[in-house]
Amino acid sequence: MGKTIVEKIWSQHLVADLADGASLIYVDRVLLHERTGSIALKSLAETGRPVRSPGQALVCMDHIVDTFVNRSDDTAMPGGKAFIQQTREAAAQANIRVLDIDDPSQGIVHVVSPELGLAQPGLTIVCPDSHTCTQGGVGALAWGIGSTDGEHALATQTLAIRRPRMMRVTFDGVLGAGVTAKDMILHLIGEHTASGGAGYAVEFAGSAVQALSIEGRLTLCNMAVEFAAWTGICPPDEKTLAYVRGRPLAPEGALWDQAAADWLALRSDPDAVYDKEIAIDAAQIAPTITWGTSPQHAVAITGAVPDPAAFADPRQRAGAEAALTYMDLEPGVPLIGLPIQSAFIGSCTNGRLSDLRDAAAVLRGRRVAPGVRAIVVPGSMRVRAAAEAEGLDKVFLDAGFEWRKSGCSMCFFSGGEHFAEKERVVTSTNRNFENRQGPGVRSHLASPATVAASAVAGRLADVRALGA
Amino acid sequence: MEKFTRLDGVAAPLMRANVDTDAIIPSREMKQVSKTGLSGGLFANWRYADVATRQEDPGFVLNRPSYRGASILVAGSNFGCGSSREHAVWALHEYGVRCVIAPSFGAIFQGNCVRNGILPVALPEDQVQALAALVEAAPGVRLSIDLEAQTITAPGAAAISFGIADGDREMLLEGLDMIGVTLKRQAQIDVFETGYRQARPWRRLDLSGADAAKLERALPL
Ligand code: SF4
Repeated sequence: MGKTIVEKIWSQHLVADLADGASLIYVDRVLLHERTGSIALKSLAETGRPVRSPGQALVCMDHIVDTFVNRSDDTAMPGGKAFIQQTREAAAQANIRVLDIDDPSQGIVHVVSPELGLAQPGLTIVCPDSHTCTQGGVGALAWGIGSTDGEHALATQTLAIRRPRMMRVTFDGVLGAGVTAKDMILHLIGEHTASGGAGYAVEFAGSAVQALSIEGRLTLCNMAVEFAAWTGICPPDEKTLAYVRGRPLAPEGALWDQAAADWLALRSDPDAVYDKEIAIDAAQIAPTITWGTSPQHAVAITGAVPDPAAFADPRQRAGAEAALTYMDLEPGVPLIGLPIQSAFIGSCTNGRLSDLRDAAAVLRGRRVAPGVRAIVVPGSMRVRAAAEAEGLDKVFLDAGFEWRKSGCSMCFFSGGEHFAEKERVVTSTNRNFENRQGPGVRSHLASPATVAASAVAGRLADVRALGA
Repeated sequence: MEKFTRLDGVAAPLMRANVDTDAIIPSREMKQVSKTGLSGGLFANWRYADVATRQEDPGFVLNRPSYRGASILVAGSNFGCGSSREHAVWALHEYGVRCVIAPSFGAIFQGNCVRNGILPVALPEDQVQALAALVEAAPGVRLSIDLEAQTITAPGAAAISFGIADGDREMLLEGLDMIGVTLKRQAQIDVFETGYRQARPWRRLDLSGADAAKLERALPL
């Protein structure tokens, strides 16, 4: 019987079979950030346990740091400075490298890791952060863990876990104009619910996935956790090799040749068996947007707010009713035309160079509607520098966007900077949970192109109508 | 870690689907690099009419007198989805919750529960609904949970059996510290690592030493 890519990576990393079908799995890379990594480092130090391989770990300052141009350790988040400084100290004590506030490589951990070539096909990568699955876009097996497991990985370079079930989601066909990886994943979650992937490692396959850039695949895998999947992965191909090659931490010389051959052999065997399969016709996907407070509350931009009465399941109906109250929406209202107060482009979902290019293509020669606050936060300082090198900062600034330094920023609210209370925001992030972007803030998840088109219109808009 | 064997406590119904960890402990309630001082922020956005003054919302289930201080939650599907923050579990634990019963859980949350002495019980949807109906109909009713026997008993009802992975069960029953358990395998990990590094040498990385300078390199164009 053939093996899936996840099974292949699993067996390469199997240190021991434990009781109960669990496995002790070798961990190649441990990533940390100041929000949750801080507590893992502190707790480990308190127990007196050393970090086994500090050189296989990296700390990114991304969650709490401000993204203002003149930032420092002082942040808008009350108490945030202590998180930053304690993380820095604990990392120094443990001899772990930090990409600090002023580092030219600083950025959101899941953007930085593939960008630097830290994430590579076939590696196991963990981080106490749920969007670690993003890095499956380069063919790594990467998953989010809790802080205690973060300590475990630092102390032992392993984790004890049970093998997930295997799911393959196949997107065949050609995406329409204005439709992106973000729309693919929102469409999947909209059709198959926010718990549809529970217990599974999801392999993304099909011609539409192969046609995506690696950055698009990172976006696709980013929201696997919003599908409740354990992780997502796109098997490496020639495109993956071309992406990784020459990155700062990529293998070189003879090692590159060995690595490249090994990576191409990681693909799932033709006779591999999946516990579940989902097939989606990529041509049928429209630019997709959320109307509610779960990523599964997603519909085509041309659609309308659904009537909760239409949900057969009473709990889903109750969830939809609560969502409409929170979002201040009535059933049947078309999404196109809904007035917005703010627009946000950034995050580990859509803060990479290709995302900024997509948005800039819409914004070139246009301006943000009067009264709309629009912000772009590059996913890393390297993304920011590359965007500036091709003049994208000018496009954003001319259009009326704020041009920030890198970080998680207003993807999430932790007491610091946030959108105004009850504001309606169109956002390229991954979570539209209640209060995620600020008290009472109403978040509509969409692609960077849709965010840009909506910012220009001052209302939710169909990017295809702008002819961008 | 604290052991879990048996629990007899008040169960509160919280049947919304997809209750995420941002809702369990909002990010702004995680004020320090600490695992404690979190219970006041538990469900803050639902529990308080005014989060700043901590003025309670009497409508929220845990504020109703008969459910106040519940140690068991009967919850909707995909409970604990979203952010990996273990603070959600630390906040529940500090509040006094020792068991969550739901049709399904966010995977990271479920693992975090087991590592902190909280028993996550996954039951079929109809059984959870029946339990929720029972605790809604008789506010303040106590459930008995026996991890050794793997049963949940409500007064006047037949015991419900539940399944749990052996490893999770053992960790809870014994109050195991998983790191300590794995560290006993240090020699085995060393042997594995040596062979692993020989087989795939490009996977070696030392960002604290030999590879540190590579981080300064330019990206390919
Ligand atoms: S950008 Fe948002 S989702 Fe991504 S790691 Fe940061 S806070 Fe989490």
